[in-house]
Amino acid sequence: MTELRYLAPDTLDEAIGAFAKAGSAARILAGGTDLLVQMRSGVLKPGVIVDIKKIPEMTAIEQTADGGFRIGAAVSGMALAEHGKFGKIWPGVLEAVNLIGSKQVQGRASAGGNLCNGSPAGDSVPAMVAAGAVVTVQGPNGRREMKVEDVPAGPGRTNLKPGEILVSFALPPRPPGSSDAYLRMIPRTEMDIAVVGVGVSLTIKDGTVTSARVGLGAVAPTVLLVEDAAKALIGSKLDDAALAKAAAACSAACRPIDDKRGTIAYRTKVAGVLLKRTAGIAAQRAQGK
Amino acid sequence: MAKVHVTTTINGEPMEFLCEPSDTMLDALRGTLNLTGSKEGCASGDCGACSITLDDRLVCSCLMLAVESEGHEIRTIEGMAQGDKLHPLQQKFLEMAALQCGICTSGMLVASDALLKKNPDPSEEEVRFWLAGNLCRCTGYDKIVRAVMETAAEMRAQ
Repeated sequence: MTELRYLAPDTLDEAIGAFAKAGSAARILAGGTDLLVQMRSGVLKPGVIVDIKKIPEMTAIEQTADGGFRIGAAVSGMALAEHGKFGKIWPGVLEAVNLIGSKQVQGRASAGGNLCNGSPAGDSVPAMVAAGAVVTVQGPNGRREMKVEDVPAGPGRTNLKPGEILVSFALPPRPPGSSDAYLRMIPRTEMDIAVVGVGVSLTIKDGTVTSARVGLGAVAPTVLLVEDAAKALIGSKLDDAALAKAAAACSAACRPIDDKRGTIAYRTKVAGVLLKRTAGIAAQRAQGK
Repeated sequence: MAKVHVTTTINGEPMEFLCEPSDTMLDALRGTLNLTGSKEGCASGDCGACSITLDDRLVCSCLMLAVESEGHEIRTIEGMAQGDKLHPLQQKFLEMAALQCGICTSGMLVASDALLKKNPDPSEEEVRFWLAGNLCRCTGYDKIVRAVMETAAEMRAQ
């Protein structure tokens, strides 16, 4: 690796200034579990690395006054798991973040990096989409908010504008009777890339689903928000007919690749099967079972 | 580009060193600092042979830059034994022959130690999942898992 400059600014303004100034030669370093591998293999040769972990906002987990959560983009999976309250309120998001790589990787890897890496198979992304998470991004032209599902643009690409940095995720407050779950299919039991990933977030009142969101990963160029699946669940008691309709909506949304992990037919079918299982787990949690 | 000066703590000792901005922590440990217990297996975060702890969290030293250790606390396999007295995990790995070629061993020990600090009473399944990021090319997993379980039981009894 040639001439590399490492910067670790203390403030977001400094980070944005340095990042924008260096242009396309610059890369953001959060956990680094993707960036360092790409540098090592020669895929990337950044001129400047901007380490964002000294910026307090990037590494903070806070519960907001309305009961929602704000999670810094560089918070590691391990730090999120160690938080006393987060996993009780958003168990699906936590289990998704803690399926990223090994324990060693979870000690560093962040949901922000997982999203900005732009992989269609990123585990935390479908769960964040289901959660209705909104990200704050900041660049030379100021701050703006984006829905998580609007961030990925395709494999390895995002809709962030040049010079923009992902700052944090905001997860909304949850009404009583709400919970979430994330399941993925992989060929082995640990340490693999999702063949299909499904995140479901539900609110249930008197046995009836009053709101639902479904995120679907690894079956299209980007992680998807499947609104038709959510519609099929809302108003139902999660009976077989409603689940079958939601599963069909997930399968219909699939535009997967054919690879050694799964064929198009397999991924399409599994998307529906996983929707049913994930919704079942989310419903049990929502009803305190 | 001039080298970067890094001030950190390694195995409880204040430490200063110089490194290139692109050096990984593993490069610094094995090269400049001559702490060669951490091994390089894959250099891409898959094998866990270079496992260390950073502020008590288990990480791969090949997946962090040496400059990132500035102001933080690193622990490596070299800090595990107390003088001539082996850590109970090290002693048990020896007794139960939980190693073959030894390349994975320091990473296995550091990872197991991190697990037992967090969870002194893990189930076998929890041990296996925790060590999923540590690969052993000799396929010695079973003895390793048994050694960790037995050490945990003995440490709890003390």
